[in-house]
Amino acid sequence: MFLQQLINGLTLGSIYALIAIGYSLVFGVLQIVNFANGSIYMLGGFLTLVLYNKFRINFLLCFALALIINGFVGFCLDRFALRHLRQKKATKLVGLITTMGFATVIENFVMLFFSNATVPYPNKIDFGSFSIGSAVVSSTQVIIFLVVLVLLLLMSWVVYGTKVGKAMRAVSQNADAAKLMGIDVNGVIAMTFILSAVLAGISGTMVGMYYQMIDFTSGFSIGMKTMAAAVLGGVGSLPGAVTGGLIIGVVESLGASYISSAYRNAFAFAVLIIVILFLPNGLFGKEKVTKV
Amino acid sequence: MKMVKVFFAKNLKWFTILFFGLLAVLPFFMTSNYGMRMLTVCMLYVMMAFSLNLLTGFLGVMTIGHIAFMGIGAYTAAILVKNYHWETLPCYLAAILLSGFFGLLLSLAALKLQGYYMTILTLGFCEIVRLVEINWESLTRGALGISGISAPVFFGIRLSSRRSIYYLMLVLLILTLLLIWSIINSKAGNAIMAIREDELAARAMGIHVFKYKTIVFVLSAMIMGLAGAFYAQYMTYIDPGVFTVSASLNILIMAIFGGLGNLLGTIIGASVLTILPEMIRFLAEYRNLIYGILIIILMLVKPDGLLGSVNFKYIRQQASVQKENGGE
Repeated sequence: MFLQQLINGLTLGSIYALIAIGYSLVFGVLQIVNFANGSIYMLGGFLTLVLYNKFRINFLLCFALALIINGFVGFCLDRFALRHLRQKKATKLVGLITTMGFATVIENFVMLFFSNATVPYPNKIDFGSFSIGSAVVSSTQVIIFLVVLVLLLLMSWVVYGTKVGKAMRAVSQNADAAKLMGIDVNGVIAMTFILSAVLAGISGTMVGMYYQMIDFTSGFSIGMKTMAAAVLGGVGSLPGAVTGGLIIGVVESLGASYISSAYRNAFAFAVLIIVILFLPNGLFGKEKVTKV
Repeated sequence: MKMVKVFFAKNLKWFTILFFGLLAVLPFFMTSNYGMRMLTVCMLYVMMAFSLNLLTGFLGVMTIGHIAFMGIGAYTAAILVKNYHWETLPCYLAAILLSGFFGLLLSLAALKLQGYYMTILTLGFCEIVRLVEINWESLTRGALGISGISAPVFFGIRLSSRRSIYYLMLVLLILTLLLIWSIINSKAGNAIMAIREDELAARAMGIHVFKYKTIVFVLSAMIMGLAGAFYAQYMTYIDPGVFTVSASLNILIMAIFGGLGNLLGTIIGASVLTILPEMIRFLAEYRNLIYGILIIILMLVKPDGLLGSVNFKYIRQQASVQKENGGE
């Protein structure tokens, strides 16, 4: 029982980690929380399904196509809304409300044009299962775990090993100074949005296959939980986002099975509140020095 | 245009009194039930947007879970009225005290944190309160909600007509406005706005940042609680689906759209954003999509909100300086 819940929790947590990285990246370069990320996650899952049902071609091809569209949506969010606000030097709060507006638009778009009910999702990575002791591990869980692991390694290579990543880190430290050094700040921000939207899209599709269903409201609660994961780990820190995601996934699974499944969503926030009270900057966050 | 602005700024007090006077006589000319209902709901939202404007606009603390306090107030009032047949006044007091108490608890934890950490914490608080409302079925009847909450009763007099409820709301709104007005025009108000501009500098000037933040947080939670208590008796039915994070965000959007730190803006912003969704009701299922698009456009066109960049106090001061130098 415990081992089973731990495995389920880790699967869920690894997906949370993937989405939380998107939050952390965007927060790093822009210092705003992207509320639309949860909806973009849901959109990604839906796009794969809709394309697959429509054209009945290779699932992977539909998946790739969905990711491209998803990335484009992320790009539009920055290019046609947030960039204008940056130019106007609007407060961060306004950017936040704009992303919420996008979340509303995406959610209602999916509801109107795709489906307003829970729809079944084909599981294309189900190749049976095996057991470890008393716990049953399905191939879906293993594949999700492996995909997340590869993507995490890839992301850390992008952020810490490539020139784009260097530019991202420079922008997150000081956007003005980065601009003076010849870094295309707007380009880097756009790139970050595309990356985080693609990550969200991958997660959306994988969760769809894992639960074998999807509905248009699923983005909101996942969005809030992964936001909690990013904050738990320390906003802007990649290892933090991963750890936060895993912790929240495991706590949620264990809490739901041992305490009460009705309070499933509350456990994530309870852990967040407790951790933040003792570590005000999250697990891996750096303490900010305030200056007048 | 500038003349109008200066004239308006100088006589802001009289305009305000005139405005509320108009609201007070309006029910005698308005016959439609729908109109009265819309106005009452508008005032309720203005009241809640005032509470958020005090917290976010004047103190600079951003929360996205404030509707939790409305929920606490609403459930307190509903349970006291339904199960214990309390009169409205003690109900309101209980709602205010309980939401204030939870506000104090949350603020002691949340206000120690910086920026987004605090905001996300309030989000978590809101989610937990909502889940308790859904799952504590013996007290709240869970997702079914509490129905059949009777109309407000003051000293044995039952306010059941639409008009009397309207006046009750008007009185609550005026009391809220007076409270916030007197806070921001006092010494404490200067301290609060100093904290908004620069917390560290304010502390260096000897302002007890944590004390003021806590007081304002608790006060705004109390206003939300009172609004919730009114809401419960006005709607006669409450369920946890009302007190969600997205509802909380909607009220924040009202305050931002009107202009943070401007009370007149809040009145306009909250009224417009309450009536607008009603006006586009004919769009049926496309309504929320259009509403989302409108929010994005509003933010892009006027990032400061309608009156966020207008400071009446500053306009008054400038006008009086010009008057002194007018002879030259």
